[in-house]
Amino acid sequence: MVPTATPRPRDAEPVVVPGNHDTCVVVPMYDEAGVIASVVAELRGRFDRVVCVDDGSRDASATLAAAAGADVVRHPVNLGQGAALETGIRYALAQPGVDYVVTYDADGQHSLADAEAMVRLARAEGLQVVLGSRFLATLSDVPAGRRRLLRAAVRFTRSTTGLDVTDAHNGLRVLRRDAAAGLRLRLHGMSHASEILGQVARGGYSYAEHPVTIRYTDYSRAKGQRGWNALNIVFDLVVDRLRAAA
Amino acid sequence: MIIKLILVAALAGAAVTLVRGRRTALSLLVRRALTLGVLAAGVVAVLFPATVTEVARAVGVGRGTDLVLYLLVVTFLFVSISLYLRLGEMHDRYVELARRVALHEADPDAHETNRRLTPRR
Repeated sequence: MVPTATPRPRDAEPVVVPGNHDTCVVVPMYDEAGVIASVVAELRGRFDRVVCVDDGSRDASATLAAAAGADVVRHPVNLGQGAALETGIRYALAQPGVDYVVTYDADGQHSLADAEAMVRLARAEGLQVVLGSRFLATLSDVPAGRRRLLRAAVRFTRSTTGLDVTDAHNGLRVLRRDAAAGLRLRLHGMSHASEILGQVARGGYSYAEHPVTIRYTDYSRAKGQRGWNALNIVFDLVVDRLRAAA
Repeated sequence: MIIKLILVAALAGAAVTLVRGRRTALSLLVRRALTLGVLAAGVVAVLFPATVTEVARAVGVGRGTDLVLYLLVVTFLFVSISLYLRLGEMHDRYVELARRVALHEADPDAHETNRRLTPRR
């Protein structure tokens, strides 16, 4: 990278064009210094627009992400992952020429090939939303306890939203501009995953699922949410659904 | 007993307020009217303590103190819900404010009229 007088890293980027010009990858991150550089570097190999939303990290996540070639938006305080996603989506939609927004977890559990395949699917089929599902893939090695919990979450999501999905809490999604623009994520904690599905259902967006593999590393397990948080999510969602109906 | 009707209705009202999640002009009026009512009732209760017991008997409660306790619990519930909703509204505004700050810091041009419209490549 050639050092220039301008502080903005984007102006100093090499002129290599990785592709997927119509797509912006949104990566919400919170204290991910251990992995964020490699995740961003991998993404930048195939996507020329990557925005990391630093949700008030106390470590060097933001600096590392910027050095790896991402645009970084820094929340001045911690606002939660749902809020970080919405910030990233708004940033992405303000960029000229962005038609698709990909949401991608910062802990390195997603596969780049899956993300690209999902964007291709959205373009080819004219879909507004493509959702990653670890249960459509054959070779996913989801731990047994986690699998039971996620299956229960899927049943809950199907019965409350009417969406025919197989995975309720997958961080890998593709949103077309029109669907992304309508997204409002207000629930705290990790409830936003189901909140997104609820809004997909309410908005009547065209959607499809795409099989994805999840790398359950020790890092992602340690960073992942605790199982009993599912009950908090259920509580949030019941109130949210009742309010939507009222 | 009348008190059962009153308390169940109040609890149902609290649940509805929680679910609707919006504070409206009507709810503001109700809150203000109740505040004035409580103040007036308080003055009456202080000046004529026997009336509290009479009112309690009339609605089916044994002692005036019990009636006061029931009303206190219901009032506390409404105040808690009202504060919870207000905190939620404030949190939403706070998130939006922080988000605007973050987006502006990341890309000060984005909201300008002369923003770059050419791709950055």
